[in-house]
Amino acid sequence: MCTYVTEHVEITGSGKGANGWFKVSEASVYFDHPADAPLEHSLNIDFLQPELGPSARVAVELDAASAARLAQAILSTLARVPDGLSGS
Amino acid sequence: MSDQLLAETVKIKGFAGDDIEAYFARPTGPGKYGSVVVIHHMPGYDEATKEITRKFAYHGYQAICPNLYSREAPGASSDDAAAAVRARGGVPDERLVGDVRGAADYLLAQSASNSKVGVIGYCSGGRQTFLSACSLDIDAAVVCYGAFIVKEPPAELPSSAKSIIHLAPNASCPILGLFGAEDKYPDVDEVAQLDAELTKHSKEHEFHIYDGAGHAFFAVDRPSYRPEAAKDGWEKIWAFFGVHLAG
Repeated sequence: MCTYVTEHVEITGSGKGANGWFKVSEASVYFDHPADAPLEHSLNIDFLQPELGPSARVAVELDAASAARLAQAILSTLARVPDGLSGS
Repeated sequence: MSDQLLAETVKIKGFAGDDIEAYFARPTGPGKYGSVVVIHHMPGYDEATKEITRKFAYHGYQAICPNLYSREAPGASSDDAAAAVRARGGVPDERLVGDVRGAADYLLAQSASNSKVGVIGYCSGGRQTFLSACSLDIDAAVVCYGAFIVKEPPAELPSSAKSIIHLAPNASCPILGLFGAEDKYPDVDEVAQLDAELTKHSKEHEFHIYDGAGHAFFAVDRPSYRPEAAKDGWEKIWAFFGVHLAG
């Protein structure tokens, strides 16, 4: 199935792609066919800088359970950040 | 039949006269050949689809796969291009029809053309093949597990694809449909509805539903690959195109 389930998130930071580091301004999170992972469907995340074109993309394709663990790890890591550091 | 073939990237005129990229494979021996437009799946104009295009040339057809994502991502890798296009909800139907028309015209203009042209597509390309068969004057169409022909996509999916079953009366050619019994999009109920609609309008068609197969059973590089269904499916395709395109 070609799902188009997608969330777009504005982000600030950098990603490392095929040509080195670049600023990223947007992330797409979607569940669909992977391009490479040996799965029928996967949770895919693209870190993007649309101004630089479609090739300015850092991509990951994860099985659903891995993606859930990753999301939990991000949230638990952020929860342990000392006060005053998360905005730096 | 010689097994010599030539495959290369060419520029063709697509929708609105746009220059788009396409992968063109053809037998190099003397003679006239039927033509096939290959519509790639949503993951894009990729290595697997180019392999399918060459397979048609090996079997004695001029085949071309237009890069439906040429405009959004010129020069980008197929996966980057697919990511950019899917984020926008896919390819608009009107543009798809124009690109397929341009690809068919390119094949028919070749000196080796026998003036017959068919279309085949997989996954989202299956729906787009049905759309092409109902929008263009072609000689044969093969729909491989195309969803959202009959049913609308679930409301939570921001897909630009809409049901096109109302176009069935316009089908210009015989249609071969190849589906998996375990597929959910389309499920066997949707396939049965499409079958009934084509029958109702006296449109020549032949549907096969493979037990033990789900979506994308032809995809040799994915876990969904089902060799028995794919092998039989290919035999059905050669027989179908042999009747309607060859000679």
